[in-house]
Amino acid sequence: MKTFALITVLLLGGLLFYGTPDFPDWGDPASPASLHVSPYYIEHAVEDTAVPNIVTAVLADYRGYDTMFETAVIFSAGIACLFLLRVYRRKSARTRLYRHNLTGVTLRIAKGGKLPEGSAEFERIDSVWVPYDMIIKVTSRLIVPFVQLFALYVIAHGHHSPGGGFQGGVIFGAAIILYALSNDLRRAFRRLSEKAALLASAAGVLIYVGTGLLCLLLGGNFLDYSMLAEMLHTDAIMARSHGILIVEIGVGLAVMAVMVSLYYNLSSAGRHDEGL
Amino acid sequence: MESLLSNFLAKYNYWVYIGLVMIGMYAMIAKRNLVKKIIGMNIVQTAVILFYVSIGAKKGKTIPIIAHGHEETGHHAAQAIDYISPLPHVLMLTAIVVSVATLGVALALAIKIYRQYGTLEEDEIALRINEP
Repeated sequence: MKTFALITVLLLGGLLFYGTPDFPDWGDPASPASLHVSPYYIEHAVEDTAVPNIVTAVLADYRGYDTMFETAVIFSAGIACLFLLRVYRRKSARTRLYRHNLTGVTLRIAKGGKLPEGSAEFERIDSVWVPYDMIIKVTSRLIVPFVQLFALYVIAHGHHSPGGGFQGGVIFGAAIILYALSNDLRRAFRRLSEKAALLASAAGVLIYVGTGLLCLLLGGNFLDYSMLAEMLHTDAIMARSHGILIVEIGVGLAVMAVMVSLYYNLSSAGRHDEGL
Repeated sequence: MESLLSNFLAKYNYWVYIGLVMIGMYAMIAKRNLVKKIIGMNIVQTAVILFYVSIGAKKGKTIPIIAHGHEETGHHAAQAIDYISPLPHVLMLTAIVVSVATLGVALALAIKIYRQYGTLEEDEIALRINEP
């Protein structure tokens, strides 16, 4: 098996190596990739859409269809993960561990035992050994709000600087995953429940598709944001800029929610009870 | 000899991506552990992303964000030669997210397989499928 793999891989590498001399050099301004479509985008993006970041303009306006279905792909990945892993099981099926916060004594509550749920003195802990980590908890408490703020900035400022819905959404999702990692899964559920995450991911896709449909209803093509001009009280060019922002918010919401939902399902193997 | 070397160095981005594709493909074919196969798949995806982004590069040119686009609209048209190609970046931006999504689904499948067969080794799974 190993020799077969090695031969296949070497053959593939040899073919790629053989074809490479025909490719343009690195950093060649006359490479075919930058001669045909991209000059149009660079020269016309600002006058067409008033968005200086050409990547954002191409992503959400010129190639809006592509990005819409890309968002749908992530949404369906989140749903697929849920279908594959999620198990709905009674919560009191197993023994549970509680830690008394003041003394550090761990209580073991057998199946069907009475549980000090919601008590301020006791804290539920995972059945694998979890030490009390003050440094990690305090640090993450300090970091998480700023990460979230930065994520919102990345989404909102995607027109003028590197950023946009995908990047901002991933950063926001990472902030929530960091919170879940540094505390535990149940605490993260109190901040963003499974249902809220799934609703947010669906709402993100809905915002994107809804914007496109609204343009269609107002008499334009699907995802032709300039039709929103009257509704937004601007001219057609600025309307495209605002339309891009609306769509990016939808993308950010969907990406954030799917990242969090993937983490919830993968880290607890679908049980949503005890996880990383 | 020297021209051969300079030709080789002028295309160094392709050598890196070919190396990554080979590593990833080898992991996907030769490794028995499913998680290692998934990591191999991810390495191949990274190689493709590197390939696309590197063909959009232009030596000494800046990122495709037009400086002060708002103020200077009208009397300063952007020249395509001054900015690197935005198109590969756009395509790869979405490809990165899709690769994360496929990674998530693949890991979910791996968890499901582990739950069913108690192992992630390919040959052991094959044994257990044929058992009953």
